Amino acid sequence: MLAAIGVDSVADLFAQIPEPLRLGRPLDLPEGLSEAEVYERLAGLAARNADAESEVCFVGAGMYDHYVPAIVDAITQRSEFLTPYTPYQPEISQGGLQAMFEFQTAMSELTGLPVSNAGLYEGPSSLASAGYLAIGATGRRRFVVSRAVHPHSRETLATYAGGYDAEVLEVGLDGGLTDAAALAEAVDEQTAAVFLQSPNFLGAVEDVEELGAAAKEAGALLVVAVDPMTLGVLKPPGECGADIALGEGQPLGNRLDFGGPSVGFFCASEEHLRRMPGRIAGETVDVDGRRGFVLALQTREQHIRREKATHNICTAQALNALAAMVHLAWLGREGFRELGELLVRRTAYARERLAAVEGVEPLHEAPVAREFAVRLGAPVGRVLDRCAERGIAAGYPLAREYPEFEDGLLVAITERRTKEQIDALADALGAAIRDLSGEKAGVA
Amino acid sequence: MSENAAFMETPMQRERAVTVFEKSEPGRRAGRLPAAGVPEPPLEELIPAKLLRSEPPRLPEISEPEIVRHYNRLSRRNFDLDTGFYPLGSCTMKHNPRLNERVAALPGHARLHPAQDPRRAQGALELMWLLQESLAEICGLPHVSLQPSAGSHGELAGLLLTRAFHADRGEQRSRVIIPDTAHGTNPASVTMAGYEVVKVETNERGGVEMDDLRAKVSEDVACLMLTNPNTLGLFDENIAEIASLIHESGGTLYYDGANLNAVMGHSRPGDMGFDIVHLNLHKSFSQPHGGGGPGAGPIAVSERIEPFLPRPQVVRREGGNGAGPHYDLDHERPKSIGRVRGFQGNFGVFVRSYAYILSLGSDGLAEAAETAVLNASYLRARLAGGRAGRYLPAAFERPSMHEFVLSGAPMKRELGVKTLDLAKRLLDFGFHPPTVYFPLLVDEALMVEPTETETKETLDAFADAVDEILAEAERDPGIAREAPYSTPVRRLDEAKAMRRPILRQPLG
Repeated sequence: MLAAIGVDSVADLFAQIPEPLRLGRPLDLPEGLSEAEVYERLAGLAARNADAESEVCFVGAGMYDHYVPAIVDAITQRSEFLTPYTPYQPEISQGGLQAMFEFQTAMSELTGLPVSNAGLYEGPSSLASAGYLAIGATGRRRFVVSRAVHPHSRETLATYAGGYDAEVLEVGLDGGLTDAAALAEAVDEQTAAVFLQSPNFLGAVEDVEELGAAAKEAGALLVVAVDPMTLGVLKPPGECGADIALGEGQPLGNRLDFGGPSVGFFCASEEHLRRMPGRIAGETVDVDGRRGFVLALQTREQHIRREKATHNICTAQALNALAAMVHLAWLGREGFRELGELLVRRTAYARERLAAVEGVEPLHEAPVAREFAVRLGAPVGRVLDRCAERGIAAGYPLAREYPEFEDGLLVAITERRTKEQIDALADALGAAIRDLSGEKAGVA
Repeated sequence: MSENAAFMETPMQRERAVTVFEKSEPGRRAGRLPAAGVPEPPLEELIPAKLLRSEPPRLPEISEPEIVRHYNRLSRRNFDLDTGFYPLGSCTMKHNPRLNERVAALPGHARLHPAQDPRRAQGALELMWLLQESLAEICGLPHVSLQPSAGSHGELAGLLLTRAFHADRGEQRSRVIIPDTAHGTNPASVTMAGYEVVKVETNERGGVEMDDLRAKVSEDVACLMLTNPNTLGLFDENIAEIASLIHESGGTLYYDGANLNAVMGHSRPGDMGFDIVHLNLHKSFSQPHGGGGPGAGPIAVSERIEPFLPRPQVVRREGGNGAGPHYDLDHERPKSIGRVRGFQGNFGVFVRSYAYILSLGSDGLAEAAETAVLNASYLRARLAGGRAGRYLPAAFERPSMHEFVLSGAPMKRELGVKTLDLAKRLLDFGFHPPTVYFPLLVDEALMVEPTETETKETLDAFADAVDEILAEAERDPGIAREAPYSTPVRRLDEAKAMRRPILRQPLG
């Protein structure tokens, strides 16, 4: 090979790197290992994590321990889906493109909005991307965000807004829900978009239609983050006046993976189509008239439009979107509705069961779908430790992101959380609070 | 379709595209759910009726065997790296070891909740810390954030870091310089970060035109973004001078790590003077591309940029009283730009890439870069020795590194065959074509990146195929112009998809 190239050694091929910039030593990393050794090393690390297989997981806060059907793994691990790149050559990428088209159809149907993209990185950055769209669409630079929107989404929006120079106003809570009067007060003709989430971060189902009226009146976009798993039973954002509906797609067919990779979905009304971020597959025909699919509206995208692109995104989450689509097909129309109903009923049971425990109170009384918040009569961190000793991850502590709910705990339900597990959680919380208050009394 | 075309249809072409929604039949289903096991009041008693959906979404009604068959059929309509050569320039389509899939799927990784208490996720945090340390050594920069989800996301984060860095010094700068060879994500990220793009020209050796750069550097320039080797596969020999020009004017230097595969273990962006680097774990570190993701775009930075890194940051804390170190998430970073996404990043990608780094080690990573450059140089020489030497000459004469760019201008002029036609004809030969029409400054560009995981035999077969297509075009250019013939569908009408977009299946 060297002879064909016309050089004497591989080192000659690196001659264009100026001498002072050559490393001149091996990287300070261990030598390579055999496959068996790498496996053992990583299995050893994995064993030091308390995962949802080894404990009962009531933690949610945007990512949920749903059952991922076996066919999702079987299909997404196929080489033909796992190992291609973005479908730039549509003639040999029809499988991936059609899967995108199906995902778009499903998300559009779930959200009740006519246009969906093929997925973005994940939830919170999708919400920040909606901010970028809203600035382009309205020419305004102020966002109004409910404090009930996921803290990670609010923070990501603020980070992005630091770049495109927008102001973020936060609207407070009232009884677990967005404070409607404060929201109406905050929205004016300078507002580019109003951001809501339903169910909100505290689990409460918001009346999006009513809250969104202020946005409509001011000519601001209404952006609603939703949990896709609730859309079998909850009114879709498209029917509540949302201009954009988006969210974290992890609950659909994607494992927890300590936070990613998952997929963000992003749906909009027709008028925002040409400002959409991300890949979009479209249907067309080939020269012989056969139905086929291509990347549509590429003139929005960075590889064509460069600095005038609607977004910088390139690699997104096609495989994760496929996982979501397969899970949705597996659930089907009836199964998806049944799952939504199951979540609502088990959540109602859990909320009532926990509220009956001495030292546990509901944090709010608003309707909930799959997650709810309670207040504990003992320090939350110590209660969580006690529950962990019983093999239960009891929930998500609210203190860091909501100092006003220092005693707050967010509890999430999936179809994996049985009545028996909910009862065990109630018992564990009750015992922990009893013990810890006893300790406190003893000290006093 | 003409009668002749219908007669020639392959079995896969006869199998017309039908979506999973069109396969739906009322009453069919796959998954079964557990019984509620709790009281089942009407939903309206739990949630006000006005907040409920009137009809369930029209998802497909289909059995499990039919779902499996549907997606297996779809998969056969994809070309993939496990099946054949995929020399897509700038994308580094190297082999994806299956071990990485196995370790990522371990329940301790796959079913770990991202909000798990750090004390009960020590293995995951240690893995992230080890990956950070490894990437820092590879980049020659002291600090790493794993948070960004892709290269473009890393670029945006890096530009926001630049903004925060300047703001912290009480400066407001409004421009970012990028070469005209840059990836499209660079200028798009610049705009999203609120900066104005200033383009710098490319010189006759394929590097940054220094006079143009000198003219454009000013105290209003926040940053210069560069890929090195650049998208022409050429190492910019003036990098040291470029770095000092930018640093003297007070700007930061950003390295687009898309082409790191050429220099891993041989040269480090930190040593070249870069302040901020993003890496594409799905390129250099072997995360499968998944048909367009997932990936991850960690950023490595110099000391002066570190205070602004996204939060939370994975940290290692030394234990007191003889206890071992432990790992934690540091949220208390007062100068941080904040989060760029939820939770800690694409951890599943980190597991795969860390497994890759462990497998190759310091010796293997350097060897990967050597073989990548050897393979590209060999393929370039092999092509130049055939008809491609005449019709598809190299865009720049000087030696290239892990990828090279050819110009199809003579082919178009002499044979009436465009680069696109050649690409489409390659599909009939069982190859994924190289990247086409990029970089933009090369007429009829063809950008070839074979990677280190290909054999000489594969490279020879590809060169032979290109030569055969050119020989065929000398006889009858019409064949390439109408290619492909054997793919599941033939050339698609992209203009139609633009004019009247159909973006979802109409549902009855």
